[in-house]
Amino acid sequence: MALCGGADRGSHSMDKSITLPPDEIFRNLENAKRFAIDIGGSLTKLAYYSTVQHQVAKVRSFDHSAKETDGDPLYEISVQEEITARLHFIKFENAYIETCLDFIKDHLVNTETKVIKATGGGAHKFKDLIEKKLKLKVDKEDEMTCLIKGCNFVLKNIPHEAFVYAKHADSEFRFQNTHPDIFPYMLINIGSGVSIVKVEAEDKFERIGGSSIGGGTFWGLGALLTKTKRFDELLQLASKGQHTNVDMLVKDIYGGAYGSLGLTGDLIASSFGKSATTDKEFSKEDMAKSLLHMISNDIGQLACLYAKLHNLTRVYFGGFFIRGHPVTMHTITYSINFFTKGEVQALFLRHEGYLGAIGAFLKGAEEDNPNQYSWEENYAGSSGLMSVSPELNPVQRARSGTFDMLEMDRLERQLVNLPLLQDATSYIPDTVDLTEDALAREYWLYCFEEALDGVVKRAIASQKDQPEAVERAEKFRQKYRHKLQTLRHQPFAYGSLTVRSLLDTREHCLNEFNFPDPYSKIKQKENDMALKYYLKVVKSVEELSWEQRQFTLAKGLLAGNVFDWGAKAVSDVLESDPEFGFEQAKQQLQERPWLVDAYNQWIERLKGPPHKCALFFVDNSGIDIILGVFPFIRELLIRGTEVVLASNSGPALNDVTNSELQILTERIAAMDPVIHAALREDRLALVQNGSSSPCLDLSRLDKVLATVIRERGTDLVIIEGMGRAIHTNYYAMLSCESLKLAVIKNSWLAERLGGKIFSVVFKYEVPSKAQEQH
Amino acid sequence: MKLRRCSRKPAFPWFGMDIGGTLVKLVYFEPKDITEEEELEEVENLKSIRRYLTSNTAYGKTGVRDVHLELHNLTICGRTGNLHFIRFPTAAMHRFIQMGRDKHFSSLHTTLCATGGGAYKFENDFRTMADLELLKLDELDCLIQGLLYIDSVGFNDHPECYYFENPSDTQNCIKEPCCLDNLFPMLLVNIGSGVSILAVYTKDNYKRVTGTSLGGGTFLGLCCLLTGCETFEEALEMASKGDSTNVDKLVKDIYGGDYQRFGLQGSAVASSFGHMMSKEKRDSISKEDLARATLVTITNNIGSIARMCAVNEKIERVVFVGNFLRINTVSTKLLAYAMDFWSKGQLRALFLEHEGYFGAVGAFLDLLKSADDT
Repeated sequence: MALCGGADRGSHSMDKSITLPPDEIFRNLENAKRFAIDIGGSLTKLAYYSTVQHQVAKVRSFDHSAKETDGDPLYEISVQEEITARLHFIKFENAYIETCLDFIKDHLVNTETKVIKATGGGAHKFKDLIEKKLKLKVDKEDEMTCLIKGCNFVLKNIPHEAFVYAKHADSEFRFQNTHPDIFPYMLINIGSGVSIVKVEAEDKFERIGGSSIGGGTFWGLGALLTKTKRFDELLQLASKGQHTNVDMLVKDIYGGAYGSLGLTGDLIASSFGKSATTDKEFSKEDMAKSLLHMISNDIGQLACLYAKLHNLTRVYFGGFFIRGHPVTMHTITYSINFFTKGEVQALFLRHEGYLGAIGAFLKGAEEDNPNQYSWEENYAGSSGLMSVSPELNPVQRARSGTFDMLEMDRLERQLVNLPLLQDATSYIPDTVDLTEDALAREYWLYCFEEALDGVVKRAIASQKDQPEAVERAEKFRQKYRHKLQTLRHQPFAYGSLTVRSLLDTREHCLNEFNFPDPYSKIKQKENDMALKYYLKVVKSVEELSWEQRQFTLAKGLLAGNVFDWGAKAVSDVLESDPEFGFEQAKQQLQERPWLVDAYNQWIERLKGPPHKCALFFVDNSGIDIILGVFPFIRELLIRGTEVVLASNSGPALNDVTNSELQILTERIAAMDPVIHAALREDRLALVQNGSSSPCLDLSRLDKVLATVIRERGTDLVIIEGMGRAIHTNYYAMLSCESLKLAVIKNSWLAERLGGKIFSVVFKYEVPSKAQEQH
Repeated sequence: MKLRRCSRKPAFPWFGMDIGGTLVKLVYFEPKDITEEEELEEVENLKSIRRYLTSNTAYGKTGVRDVHLELHNLTICGRTGNLHFIRFPTAAMHRFIQMGRDKHFSSLHTTLCATGGGAYKFENDFRTMADLELLKLDELDCLIQGLLYIDSVGFNDHPECYYFENPSDTQNCIKEPCCLDNLFPMLLVNIGSGVSILAVYTKDNYKRVTGTSLGGGTFLGLCCLLTGCETFEEALEMASKGDSTNVDKLVKDIYGGDYQRFGLQGSAVASSFGHMMSKEKRDSISKEDLARATLVTITNNIGSIARMCAVNEKIERVVFVGNFLRINTVSTKLLAYAMDFWSKGQLRALFLEHEGYFGAVGAFLDLLKSADDT
């Protein structure tokens, strides 16, 4: 299949004598500073920190003290170069180490770096080579310390880092939410031996136990028994074997189950017990399988004993014995389930192989305080979790020449939970997990692939003045299409596959090829146009009775939300018929009763006392924000409710960004004394949400926003739009009142929810008293 | 511990049998107080059974009587005699049943008390091949009752129980007999083909804490595969001559010395069979070293699980039994060391002379009890 060919591009042609493709691996090496290396038994992991220069779209208000003419644009859009920090991690076979070092030496411009942090068993073996080639002093760091540091880092910064493995489930990988508090946990590192570490805080950990029966035992004993040299081959043998031919089972002793103790007949009573009493020859496969069970069960049992003793329930497994091997993840999971009767789950990590390198890097970067920032996995630059199932893909397991990558961007702002989440630990942003829902996955992957042409066109159109934009846009197309193809085969590659992750991946890929804001000009035009109607809309609303006014405002909010370049059906209409106006949109809306209709309850509520402060997560530019949101919040302000408008920090589709919103608000304030007064009296605040996604993850919000929400005593949250209120947060439980509003602009999704296209969701939720106090 | 007085004695012969995964353990009570009158009445095949068992120390190719374990002058149910301890491989079970048929065992109208998994597995064979009904008993009940009984009667005026003095000092580590006033609570680790770990609080109150499939069967099974040996004795003989550090990767092999960050001694095993990842080392290794490494690996692992269970259950006395420990001082000393060292002297490993026979003794005791109940 063509898809597989793309998946490990370049791997077949690559060997030591061939130059490494610089645009694929070791990116941004020219700006690299600070290196760390983790050399294991067979794989080397290199980490470096670099600064990435890329374009960002900035908006700047014109000086509007001068009387502007009708033809002038609302604000100025400029593209600027911005420098951000990025962490690069690359994993490759030890055989390539010399080639890679040469490559780094040739491309390393920055000479400030003097040392390279090193960890892992192979660090001393390659010490001289590294020092000679790179002229950097090798500075060794303790392996376990690095491992824990790396583990803390990924658990904190990468959503869906940890997963439960379920071999026979619809989706093998069940990803875990990021917990606000990752401690305490237990890390069981299965290298040649086993180390069991209890981690209580960032710098507080203790090796509480271990075992000498580990990966080395499987490998060493396996090699003796089967004359098979390689670890991977042994695992392959094991996956084909039948352990019951070698092991003595309970039923071999009892003839059936040992009922009074609840031991089933298939339980292993004595590993290798049959080879002691039978003379026959045993197959390599059967012995390997028996050995695998013996070792996995033993480790699982010890893990449970230690977890019980130390009262720990979060147990992560790592080390080369695990490293993404479905066979060992399955046997370890089975063992943990057996010994704890399901009370403890075995957890695995997507970036387990990088922990040592990440930790060593962090040790060296302590002066940069990497832990005070929030980081984000860059989907464009990361390989994702590869399918390593020997049953599925025996060739890929050999991994020859595969360069696996992880890139993480440093975020400008620190991200925290929305303080109004009812239970932060159980909050899941995404409504549908596409890894588990094959039908939905099929549809959305198709949908994003269909939309790709339009996105490419839009990207080119946004940079008409730059002739090479066509070429870049083509590269973007290839990259994103390749990502979609990868996800089709390995939906679990970047954690749970969701509409949000598909959208975010697209944004990351666009940024990668310097299309920072393809909608900037459209947004500008729409904002400009909508502003002209603002007063008209406000006036027409003011003339209505209270009841009519509330309904018109709600309807206006929904109608405004029809204008969304993110949804294909709408972008089709908008592209072919620019006259599609606000009034038409209102007519498109479903008549009440809506698909989800809590409007009556909302009106009843409005008849009561005003809310103290409403937090509004806004969606699109143009008609949506100006003619939908502003009239609506204007009414809230008049009622005496403070309003916080939370908008994106960076661009995503046609969503209004915080800097755009600042300008728009100023312009509206200039026309409308209500808004003007609210701004002046600080009853209306504009705060960025820390995100550049068309969706909304309430567990990763700007810290400043969280503070504002807390300080103002926010008691109403309004979430608007498909991306933020349907694809994400539809089931989010808040500790205060909430409104989730959207128009379903996708017929497939509408049908799934039991409605038609342009169905309306008007969800008003009040937490029960008990939950409120919670 | 005292047995209730038997109002009605069961008919001879008195046997107790424990049919395990690898070995069948048989205890036989030989009455020494037979009166002349009684002897005249005694049927011929009962006599012949007694003579066959007591005048031989080996039966067929694989049956063995552990003469050194024989208990003399035991008075049970008003009868005085010797208790004999016999074992043979479970693989020979069908031959044993055939013998029972040939000797018309069924005509003796005795109850055959049996425990262990084999009591269930072979029940039908006893019935159809030899017309014998088994009284099936739970193996853990039998184990505990048997152990407590033997401990109470002692080993021919010596204590049944022993431990090792100075377990952490190989030079001065000595076996010391001991009498315990109170065995409870104890963690009982029974190492047969597999391992069962019980927390025993009183004679009738116990629970199975856990078990592991890495037991005596694993040691022997791996040894057979790795060295081509055939018997437990052979495997132990080889192990006694080998050096496991040629096979295992030690902490110092990885760190050059102690791993001080975590207080691990350089001599601790970091990875069992870890050296065997390298082809050169695999090609140069001796069978004796492999046997030793297998023994050390299995023993240390049992020690480590037992220790964790003892800590979790808050029990300080750990009693190791089971036939894996037969003629196996390497393991007993290693277990004693492991309990002492890793618990910093908090835990004590105890051993019993009749290692693997307690289940059979328990079954035997039940015979007397069942006669009493009827």
